[in-house]
Amino acid sequence: MTTAEKYVTAAYCTVFAVVLVYVLIIALKLNRLEREVQALERREAKPAEDERETISVG
Amino acid sequence: MEAVSRQYRVPLPALAAASLVLVTLALALIFFVAPNDADQGFSQRIFYFHVSIAFTAYACFAGGAWKALVHLWKRDPLADLESYVAVHQGLIFGTLVLVTGSIWAKISWGHWWLWSEDQLVLFLVLFLFYAAYFMLRFSVDPGPQRANLSAVYALFGVVLIPVSFLAIRIAKSFIHPIVFTRHGPNFGGWILATYCVAQAALLVLAYTLYRVELSGKRIDVRLRELSLA
Repeated sequence: MTTAEKYVTAAYCTVFAVVLVYVLIIALKLNRLEREVQALERREAKPAEDERETISVG
Repeated sequence: MEAVSRQYRVPLPALAAASLVLVTLALALIFFVAPNDADQGFSQRIFYFHVSIAFTAYACFAGGAWKALVHLWKRDPLADLESYVAVHQGLIFGTLVLVTGSIWAKISWGHWWLWSEDQLVLFLVLFLFYAAYFMLRFSVDPGPQRANLSAVYALFGVVLIPVSFLAIRIAKSFIHPIVFTRHGPNFGGWILATYCVAQAALLVLAYTLYRVELSGKRIDVRLRELSLA
């Protein structure tokens, strides 16, 4: 491999690596959002359970 | 949800597939079809992505400025978000311009960076200007004030784009190659075809990443609203 070939490979690998890291960061952010949605769903579900418990049976 | 939602004509999976096909085709043309440059030899192949990435970065900054103008005009919260994501994309592609340019400079000129070259320094100024956009944006609490300040700043930055672009043409020392003149591109045949495919690939890739990031940001904003409700 000549010096020019090494530099060209380095340049294209850098572009590929940066795009890959960017996609990885976006994937991590989406994971966080998914966890937040689940937490919100749990929070929304809780008052409904409480309502059922307060119904008078006597 | 209405405040930060918008329907796009091209679905995201189609964009992602187009990016993959175009980038693969561009790489195939660059490494297997495009001829070696008579002057620079194999190292000239950096040109295809370096120049395409530079134009993509300019397009992202210009898009960010356009969305900033739309925000200031219509007070549309989504336009502020779109402007922010476009500037973010511009900064990522700007980083790649500096890195690929430095590698190419090292092979061609024997230096990673030359402070005497106006065009390099002006692109760095443009890059740092937009890097400071994020400092400004995150130093202000979320809300209309932050959106307005960010929009005005993004609009000011757009002035630097033609300055940076023209610097390559008006520079006294012509170390940096000029590929586009008043009479068109300085090359033809497979070199021009490969460049066009690479440019299309980078623009579609940038737009795909823009749409992915924007989708995440919109969900994030909606979640914050729901959490506060």
